[in-house]
Parts: sequence; C-alpha cells; structure tokens
Amino acid sequence: MAKCKYDWPEASDRRLIGKRINRIDGPTKSSGRAKYTYDINLPGLLVAKIYRSPYAHAKITAIDTSEAEKLPGVKTVRIIQGVGKEIQWAGDEIVAVAAVSEDIADDAVRKIKVEFEQLPHFVHEEDLQQAGDHAKEAGGEKGGDPDKAFSDPDVVISEGFYGIPTITHCCLEAHGNVAEWTGANLRTYSSTQNVSGLPGQIGQALREQGVNVPDNNIETICNYVGGGFGSKFSPDRWGIEVAKLAKAAGKPVKLMLDRNMEMEVAGARPSGYAQIKVAAKKDGTIVAWDSHSWGTGGPAGTTMPPLPYVLNIPNKITRHTSISTNTGPGRAWRAPNHPQAALLTMCALDDLAAKLNMDPVEFFSKNADLAGERAEVYRQELRKAAELIDWQKNWHPRGDKSAGTIKRGLGLSLHTWGGRGHNSNCNVTIHPDGSVEVTLGSQDLGTGTRTVIAVVAAETLGLPVEAIRVNIGDSKFPSSGASGGSTTVGGVSASTRRGSVDALQQLLAVVAPSLGVPADQLVAVDGHIQAKGDAAKKLTWKEACAKLQVKTLQVTGKNPGQCALGSSGVGGVQIADVSVDTETGLVKIHKMVAAQDCGLIIDLKTAESQCYGAMIMGITYALFEEKVMDRATGRMLNNNMEFYKLAGIGDIGELVVHMMTGPGYDERGTIGLGEPPVISPGAAISNAVANALGVRVPTLPITPDKVLAALEKGGAA
Amino acid sequence: MEAFEYARPTTNEEVVKLLTGAKGGAQVLAGGTDILSLMKDGVARPARLVSLQHVKELRGITFHPGTGLRLGATATFEELLENPDVRKHYPALAQAAEGVSSPQVRNTGTVAGDLCQRPRCWYYRAGFGLLAIYNGKPLVPDGDNRYHAILGNSGPAYFVSPSSLAPILVALNAKVKLHGPQGARELPVQDFFLTPKNDQEIEHALQPGEIVTEILVPAPGDVKMAVYEVRQKEALDWPLAAAAVVLNLEGDTVKKVRVVLGHVAPVPWPSPEAEEALTGKSVSEDAAWEAGKAALSKATPLSKNVYKVQLARVAVKRAILRAAKGEA
Ligand SMILES: Cc1cc2nc3c(=O)[nH]c(=O)nc-3n(C[C@H](O)[C@H](O)[C@H](O)COP(=O)(O)OP(=O)(O)OC[C@H]3O[C@@H](n4cnc5c(N)ncnc54)[C@H](O)[C@@H]3O)c2cc1C
Repeated sequence: MAKCKYDWPEASDRRLIGKRINRIDGPTKSSGRAKYTYDINLPGLLVAKIYRSPYAHAKITAIDTSEAEKLPGVKTVRIIQGVGKEIQWAGDEIVAVAAVSEDIADDAVRKIKVEFEQLPHFVHEEDLQQAGDHAKEAGGEKGGDPDKAFSDPDVVISEGFYGIPTITHCCLEAHGNVAEWTGANLRTYSSTQNVSGLPGQIGQALREQGVNVPDNNIETICNYVGGGFGSKFSPDRWGIEVAKLAKAAGKPVKLMLDRNMEMEVAGARPSGYAQIKVAAKKDGTIVAWDSHSWGTGGPAGTTMPPLPYVLNIPNKITRHTSISTNTGPGRAWRAPNHPQAALLTMCALDDLAAKLNMDPVEFFSKNADLAGERAEVYRQELRKAAELIDWQKNWHPRGDKSAGTIKRGLGLSLHTWGGRGHNSNCNVTIHPDGSVEVTLGSQDLGTGTRTVIAVVAAETLGLPVEAIRVNIGDSKFPSSGASGGSTTVGGVSASTRRGSVDALQQLLAVVAPSLGVPADQLVAVDGHIQAKGDAAKKLTWKEACAKLQVKTLQVTGKNPGQCALGSSGVGGVQIADVSVDTETGLVKIHKMVAAQDCGLIIDLKTAESQCYGAMIMGITYALFEEKVMDRATGRMLNNNMEFYKLAGIGDIGELVVHMMTGPGYDERGTIGLGEPPVISPGAAISNAVANALGVRVPTLPITPDKVLAALEKGGAA
Repeated sequence: MEAFEYARPTTNEEVVKLLTGAKGGAQVLAGGTDILSLMKDGVARPARLVSLQHVKELRGITFHPGTGLRLGATATFEELLENPDVRKHYPALAQAAEGVSSPQVRNTGTVAGDLCQRPRCWYYRAGFGLLAIYNGKPLVPDGDNRYHAILGNSGPAYFVSPSSLAPILVALNAKVKLHGPQGARELPVQDFFLTPKNDQEIEHALQPGEIVTEILVPAPGDVKMAVYEVRQKEALDWPLAAAAVVLNLEGDTVKKVRVVLGHVAPVPWPSPEAEEALTGKSVSEDAAWEAGKAALSKATPLSKNVYKVQLARVAVKRAILRAAKGEA
C-alpha cells in the first residue's frame, strides 16, 4: 500500500508506540494531587441534598417543605417532581435542598414531608411467568430453517436456562457536579465521560425548564473521573438541578450522590435471562439456535442482546421479551448487552460441547468459521489462551473425578466489539521555547487517555513522552467525543497524530532554510531535527523551535480525516481456571488468561491494564454482584459496599494478559479496548465451574447457595 | 448524621453517669466502627456519645495461668491477635479475631464492641427496625432472607448474631463483667445474648446506662480448640456460618466437647446435639460430619437460606477437625 502522510510509523521506526509506558498522571493520582469533582470546594460553596422517593411506585399527593425552608443555613429548596407526579422507582428525586453545609442539607431533607398514594410495584424479573403486564414482546429474528435443523435425527440438542442479573456500576466516585454561575455564564465541574458534550445537554435541559442560557455560555470541567463505565454520559436530572439551585441561591453548589443513591439510581446494567436450545452435528458442527430471552433495565425494559453471540449460526430463531420493573433505570455498562450475550451464548454452547463430549477449545476452533472474517483471529487467540492456561494438562471432561471435596475446572468464552475511533479535534501547539501542548475536550476515565495522547505526539515529534503537555477535561477545548464504546483511543490518537504530523511539517518548513536542506528531507528524531541520512546536519528541538521566533505554531488535528489510522472490530478469548469447594459451594479463581487483539497498540502497559481491570470487574460480577431488590418494599437491599460485594485482591487469583500484536494486527490501526475484555469473564467462569462440578450453575453470580442447589440436582463431583 | 454531644470521661463511674444523664439517649462510642455507620444511616440517633477511649481501666489484656484471661473492653482485635498468651493458650480466639479480615477494623474495633455491635440484617440497617416490620408484617420470612437465621428463628427475631468472638467465648465459658448505675455484675457470655421477643427488647442484656468493662475467660486446661468460618470473600465480608469447638480428649477419644455455632441464630448457638454426637467417639472425618449433622438436625431454614444449613454443618465438621489437629 502506498504510504499516506499520516500513517503510523513502521514497526522498525516506533520508539514509543507499542512499548510499555507508565501513565503520565500516575504520580498525580497516587499522591492525591489529582482533583476530582468531589474535591472542588469554591468560596461560598453550598451543598445540596435530595429528598428521594421511599417507594418504588407511587403518586405524590402532597409536599410540605416549610419546615426545611425555616432551618437556619438552608438557602434554597426546589421541588423537582411535584404533586401528581407518578414515581417509577425508589430513590427518584423529588425535592432538592441547598444549604451552607452537608449536615444542614441533610437535616433539611429530613424535615421535608411528602405524602404518597402507594401503587403496586414490580421488581423481580427472573421468573418470566410472574411478569404479567410488565412483559412486552420486543422482537426477534429468524434465519435459515431452524425447525428442520432441530428435527434432523442426526443432531445432538442441548437445552438450558441461563441468566445474568442486574448489577450496578458502583463508581467509586459517585455521580455529581459542582455548578457555579458568573453572571450569565455557567461553569460545571462534573464527574463525566462526556466533557465536550455536556454543555449542550445541560443548556438544552435548562432552556426547556425556563433558564435561558446559550450552550456557549456553559463550560464543563472534569480533570479526573473516579469511574464511569457507561453511566456518566448525561448530566442527569441532578446535574440540571444543581445548576438551578446555584442560580437561585446565587452561590456555587455541590451535589454529589450518596453511596446508597449511587447504587440505586445512578447505575444499572440490565439483566438478561434466556431459555436456549442449540443443536450440532455429531462431529461438533453447530447448526441451530433457538432462544427466548428476557430482562429488565428498569421502567423502560430491555432490548435483545446480540444472540447468538459471535457465532453466526445458520439456522436460528430468537425472541425477546422486555420487562419493565420499578427499579432504577438501566444505563450503558461497559460493552452494553455483550456480557449478557456472552453468558447466554457461551454457556449454552459449552453445555452442547459437553453433551457432544468435545473439548471446548476444539469445539470453538472448529466452529470459528461462523465468526466470519475474524475466524482466524479467534483460532489464534484460542491457541494462545489455551497455551497460557496449560489447557492440555489441566483440562478434563465435565466433572472433576478426582478424590476430595475441591473440584477444579477450566472454562472459556469468546467475545467481540467494534471500537472505532470517535470524532475528535485537537490543537497541537509548538511554542518557540520548544514546549509542546496537545489540547482537546476529551477526558481520562482512568484508562490512560492522557498517556496515549502524549505517546502519539512524542512519537511523531521525536520527543520524549515527558516533553508533551496534555490538556484535556475542559469543554472550551476543541471538542472531542464522549468516552464510551471503546472509541477514545482510536479518536484521540488519530486527531493527535494528524495534528502532530502537520505541526511538524510546518516546523520543518520554518527550519529548512537554516539547515539548507529541503523540508521534505528533514526528520524529527531523538529530540533533534535532522537531515535524512546526514546526521551532521541537525538542530536540537529547542534550537529548531527558536526559529519560530515570536510565532507560536498551532495546528488542528481531526478525526476522521485523511489516511485510515484506525478501524473497528476485535475478537478476544478468555479462559478461567477455578476450584469449587463442593461442601460449601465456594468458588475460587486460580488463574484467568486473556488473549486480546485491538489493532495497533499505542501503550502496551495501559492496554494490559485495561484487561486486568476488566478481568477483575468480570470476576466480581461472576461471583458477587447483583442488585438485590426487596419484594415487599420495592427497595434495593444491598445499596451499600458491605452487602454489594466486590472482589478484593485475595479473590482474584493470577491474571495473565496476552495482547495480540505484530503483523496481521498492527496494520488495522488503533481500535478501542475499554469494552472487550470485560465481556467474557462471566461466561468463562461459569463454564469453568460447570467443568469442575459436572453441572451448570445457571445464573450469575455463582454464590454458595446456587452451587449447592445445582449439586443437589446432580453433578459428577 | 444528626448533631450530638460528645463526652470523654476517664473512669467507669463517669461513663455510667454520662450515659444515664442524657436527654434523648446516650450511647457508648468504643472503636466506632459500627456505631458511626448506624448513626450515618439514621438507625441510631443518640443525643450524646460517650467515648471509652480515655478510660484507662477498660484497657489491656492480662493472663494468669491460674485464673485465665482478662480482656479489657477496649482491647482491639489487633491487640488480641498480637498477644502471645492468647495465641498460645487460646488459639481459637486469635483465629476468630483473624477472621475479621480488615486491618482497619482490627486496629480500631474493640472486643466489647464486637459483642455489643448491632445485627447486620439489611432490613434493620435500612431503618425497618430490629424485627423488620413493614405495614404491620415481618419482612424477613417472605423477603430476602439469604443471610438470616436458620436456628432460633421462630420469630419475631430473624437476624443473626454478628459477633465473631462470641461463639468461641461461649465455648470457653467466658463471662462478661458489666458496670452500671447499680454497680458491677457478671454474666456468662451466653446469657449476655438474648433473642428479643418484641420491639421493646434488644439482643443483649445491657441495662440502661450499663457498659461491658471486661471479658473474663477461664484458664483453658488441657483442651484443643478451633474456630472455622465459611466466608464468601477473602476480606471485608461476614461469615455465612461459623463454629467454635473446644475439645477435651483422652487419647483419641472425645471426653468432653463444646460446640457453639455463629451467624446462624439471633444469639451464639450452643449445640448439645453436636456435643452428644461426638462425645465418646474418636475424632474422624465421619464423626465430625455426624456432629455437624446433629448440630443442624433442628434447623428451620427460611425460604432463601437452606444453603446455610449445609454451610453450618461443614463449619462444625471443619472446626472439630481443625481443633483436633491443633492447628494454630
Ligand atoms: C467491613 C466490616 C467487616 C466486619 N467483619 C466482621 C466480622 O467478620 N466479624 C465480626 O465479628 N465483626 C465484623 N465487623 C464488625 C466489627 O467487628 C465491629 O464493628 C466492631 O467489633 C465494633 O467494635 P467498636 O469498638 O468499633 O464498636 P463501636 O462501633 O464503637 O460500638 C458498637 C456498639 O457497641 C456499643 N458498645 C461498644 N463498646 C461497648 C461497651 N464496652 N459497653 C457497652 N456497649 C458498648 C456501642 O454503643 C455500639 O452500639 C466488621 C465491620 C466492618 C465495618
């Protein structure tokens, strides 16, 4: 292929790209100097709290805020949802209070009196039979001739029920904002995944609610985010409310959610359950799929996960039922609908492989062609992952037959994701003193965005990573996409590359006359501008930049743009090695391995870190997480970090990550990685448990009660 | 959290005075690992907190071979763990303290606080009261009772006693010393724990104004002891079931044994059934399992906690085997 001017450097020319580079904001974060929204304390700051519905479904019949208003220190009380409104989930916002301190705001909330007419609520969707009116048909698909395929006498059929419950995002930094008006201008310090997009959303909502402020008067700032995972794209009602409170009070106001509300209303990954039937020929070729899935994402229900997942089975029929519940609304959670699809598909297929007496690695390799263009990637990743977990030695057919009460098993899962880079604009600035800045309205969710930008600019300009100053986290900077769907690395690395290449070209043009070499014969290497093939003709970077004299050089880089720097579509395979105590039903993770591709890797270290983090998150949802809703009260019972269990360091086992790189991978350019590695852990661990026990624990999380119940029903252990 | 008064007395007498003299109720503050969360959640609303931190007579751990162990009320889990006499003569007490698997809680939580901490029932902690009544009906029997009691749960109390130290203290025939407006008194740890029969009662025997001043554990004699807890997570989690065992062996044969279960009933749950099943037997996997089964023979699990019956059996079995092995 002809070289295009922005193309990534050839492998032999990469000094930084693809190496393991420490994140540039590591020291700032670990020393506590990083300022999160929580840390913003402006002069005169008021603190806001919210009176929330104690009922999951109710109509507001009366509100009395007079006692709260009388409390000294209370500055503003605002009704968010007034008399007559129907509340659809416990914890929904009804009245907001801003006061001079958090304690007073809390006291004021306790003095608010709201009367309700309670209405029947529905909060449990696992048993479809009980859903009644809450269930709505939500589509399905048919391909090939499933009836015929299933009735072929030569096929082996496996049927089962599988499920994955609603979990919460559990961001360690709760959702929230600080809002400050200066005249007609609003500034928000927001914990957000969407710095550039937030002002538009806030402006629109405010105008709809009678506060006339143009988007351009709104600035959102977010330098650090303590977790988003898909739950922080919008300002949310509380983000609009805090702006209104600040306006009414004439003072800056901070409104951060309390932990219980973070858990109840600010994050919910929709559940997914399904009754599934699959068929394969005796040689293991998968031929047919039949699924009826259901789930909830709160009042709005759910859409069908992509079933069957990864493998395009020739004869298939799918049907989905969406269930509305009186629970906090669903939000995108890392790879929306994919963990559900992976669990449902990979467990059903693993059961089929077991019924065929086939080794799952062999079974999935054999059927990899159903994955289409990425078939070969999956085969390579299956081989790699199997090697890393020592599959040959450690795998056994369903049911660990060894003596003793501890049974060990291996299980695998496949996943896929898009991850094309989003729209991104950046300014690359070269100052006459040699300093370099890259400026864009992006955000770093802890994924390493800042570092990736610095690496790309440094690589392009022949400078060390430390020489690049990265400015992100302000909506007044050139707009860059929201960080969701694994789109950020692709977007910001491409805009930074284009901007840096152009900036360098302009610099070379300035420098060329003094070196007496045409600009197109100059290159930037090792902190110098020098003639290609004649290292004697050179200037240091600083000397070269001094030639700019008083003129600062600023170039805008864009994505999309000329030359393809990224693409879309990755595979991934994970294998879990677990042991199960058959007397207690406790599952322990020995080891998990991930073989993952994501095109050209900018920073191998932060890429691997994404995978480690995702696997830990995956182990957590596989073994511990679920939103426990109470039938009688309609409330979440485990809305705290005590009963909402998260894996600790001792629960994780050994994690091994292998990034697929080199020829065949690098040419695809950058592709995002935030979502893919979090998709498979649930299915891989469930399959490993089934392999250990000889019986399927049908739903996540795999807790002792469920393991023991499954063993009661049978199992070879 | 609502505003409260904070008092910092230095003697038991002053503590008792401050506890009885407060309008709107006073509560003791020891390590604060529980009371502060109760206050933040609005479950406890004392008008005054009386800190024990500066009361010297409540501190310390001492051991005499003749009389046994004295744990001052405000001795921490960590002090217990680090005490060589405890490790040597009461290894099971150290095992129980080790189970509280957060360094922060072990560093600040106190032994008396561990006995006096309130149940972790999620309905109670959400403000529905210790008996978890909603619209006149108990929430637990038809609700999510996965972590609730499987013994002693005929109602109205369904929560489990949260204390990790209590089962082994009961098994060792320990006593608590209390100090109140009427002076000092002593109670077996077993009698300190009560199952409330109505919403006027609580789960322990403290009278208004009374505090725990000491825990007294008799000299153990020639016994083997162990605790086994079934925990889902490695850290920051509560046992799903636990058992404490103190064994008197004659050769291989069990002459006498105490078996006390934890986290299965509103109080620490001694099991004469298990004791009977094991007495006179030699310790083996089978005999231990039979004792475990006997311990749970009268279990009455609720709708979602049948699994705890099995976990408790296993806890008893493993505690017996661990004790017999003399593992520290
Ligand atoms: C994450 C986490 C995990 C935990 N895991 C376990 C576990 O596995 N096992 C376990 O047993 N515990 C566990 N705990 C609980 C912990 O052990 C208790 O919170 C602690 O022992 C209480 O001691 P404290 O000194 O902090 O008591 P405080 O919080 O100060 O007091 C607790 C209660 O006891 C009363 N009180 C305290 N001392 C006295 C006294 N001398 N006389 C009268 N009343 C008194 C207080 O008024 C209050 O009502 C855990 C706690 C946390 C936060």
